[in-house]
Amino acid sequence: MEPVISITHLNHYFGKGQLRKQVLFDINLEINASEIIIMTGPSGSGKTTLLTLCGGLRSAQEGSLKVLGKELCGASAKELTIARRNHGYIFQAHNLHGSLTAMQNVKMGLELHSDISTLEMNKRSAEMLELVGLGNRVNYYPDDLSGGQKQRVAIARALVSQPKIVLADEPTAALDKKSGRDVVDLMQQLAKEQGCTILLVTHDNRILDIADSIVYMEDGKLVKAPDSLMVS
Amino acid sequence: MLKFIQQLKRRTPLGWLQLNRHKSRFAVAISGVAFADILILLQLGFQNALFNSAIPLHLRLNADIVIFSPQAQNLTAMYTFPRRRLYQSLDVTGVKSQEAMYVSNVIWKNPQTRLKKSLLIIGFNPDNPAFDFPEINSQVNKIKLPDTLLFDSKARGTYDEVITQVEAGKSVTTEIEKRTINIGGLFPLGSSFSADGHLMTSQDNYLRLFPRQSESNVNLGLLQIKPGYDPKQVATTLKSYLPKEDVRVMTKEEFIAFEREYWASATPIGMIFNIGATMGFIVGVIIVYQVLSTDVNSHLKEYATFKAMGYRNAYLLGVVFEEALILAVLGFIPGLTISIGLYAIVHLGTNLPIAMTVSTASRVLIITFIMCILSGATATSKVQSADPADMF
Repeated sequence: MEPVISITHLNHYFGKGQLRKQVLFDINLEINASEIIIMTGPSGSGKTTLLTLCGGLRSAQEGSLKVLGKELCGASAKELTIARRNHGYIFQAHNLHGSLTAMQNVKMGLELHSDISTLEMNKRSAEMLELVGLGNRVNYYPDDLSGGQKQRVAIARALVSQPKIVLADEPTAALDKKSGRDVVDLMQQLAKEQGCTILLVTHDNRILDIADSIVYMEDGKLVKAPDSLMVS
Repeated sequence: MLKFIQQLKRRTPLGWLQLNRHKSRFAVAISGVAFADILILLQLGFQNALFNSAIPLHLRLNADIVIFSPQAQNLTAMYTFPRRRLYQSLDVTGVKSQEAMYVSNVIWKNPQTRLKKSLLIIGFNPDNPAFDFPEINSQVNKIKLPDTLLFDSKARGTYDEVITQVEAGKSVTTEIEKRTINIGGLFPLGSSFSADGHLMTSQDNYLRLFPRQSESNVNLGLLQIKPGYDPKQVATTLKSYLPKEDVRVMTKEEFIAFEREYWASATPIGMIFNIGATMGFIVGVIIVYQVLSTDVNSHLKEYATFKAMGYRNAYLLGVVFEEALILAVLGFIPGLTISIGLYAIVHLGTNLPIAMTVSTASRVLIITFIMCILSGATATSKVQSADPADMF
């Protein structure tokens, strides 16, 4: 089976000219379908950069980065936009639109796919909110939801279009222990049901157990995870 | 096209929802657009009223072709030309009859308040009235009497007692150029920018009031043409027949345009109103820009998220333009309604022929769209800068 994400000899630089600084060094990584990969490591190690590259939010500069069989290295902004439609995103902050209800926010994740009818969109959005346990909050505005509930709406939005890949950056950082746990459990459960791959960046040691594999990053390089991390 | 409509139908009306969520900001924005529209509509209304108030007499002129002095600027400043040119014009084939008209500004004493006021006085041949004006033409016998005049019942000023007395059949006397005159009757015309009101009388009475103007010095010549002739063609012939240094020849339509043109360009009035309307437009642009850019700024994070999800720039630009169009339409409606009310107040207060026309309203609606789209386009520059990579 072909890997969902296949990275070979990927280098990435920030800045230009004299200020040009390499942030990723010769990254090689393969991620298979239906896996949950947790990327961890100290701040500034380049894990978020790698995540944004995989997600098509930045264009890759050097090496090869294939996502869902499509080469993203050197892709145009338009190609990246199209590629992003196959991904689900979960951010550290929920980033829900304050003027839209939970339901409308989730629907925005479907509206991109022009082959789905309005009826179908409403049905699927409602079902998705039911799945994340917010069936009774569909018409609430984000301001009227708790932090954990907002993050669950964000998850519903990311997953409603059944993406092949979900990219998450510190999804539990803004949540307390219990809500954080609920959120990752939910992600794990839905990922297994929909068969999607999750690439998750986190500092949160408490949630490492949901991972199928853990990637440890330091100073822009993939390294073997320190034993201490594995024990916890 | 069909696909576009289908797309529109399944689209979440994000612009509308965004505006509607912040009710007070939305209300401020709508009133801002309405305010700008009122400014523009009032300026255009005044401008139109001015131009229209300058021509009601022209519209009723009982002539196909007019001739007047080449120095003439407008009806209140016609200067004079020799009457023999009028007789001469009868030589041209197609000309049926000629008639002289005398017109000038005059100071009279308001019979009620005894204050001096400026009016436009017109003298014409009562046996061949100069205007298609039934209220005047039915009273021509009165002005055949010496020093008897007809008075404009819609003139601006305090004349209510005068009007009631004249209507009751009592004679009202006052003074013009140290001559005592009678008001023999009334006709409804109304004020214009150049005159508070009008007086009509026979040419003999007119000349008695202005002894320095001789009968042979005419202000305006009225020519009628025989049926079957084209006024334009006859006017062209007249132009070449009569000496250019003495007279100008115009058809009635050209004369109306001439008067409007004078008020539009020769005076700063047209420009003043245009500047006023432009100011309204600029105020509108600024208000809408403020509202839209605040809105875009406060949603920058959400927009970046949408971009990360795979929405194109064009989609988000569409949201801003959607907001701009909503503001344009919702601001225009109260703007138009209030303006119609203000027009009525201005009309009551000044008797100016100010009225909302479909053409003015639709012109301003288009201006409003341009105004909102211009502000929208400026506000969207921020949307482009929303970078999805910054979201992580």
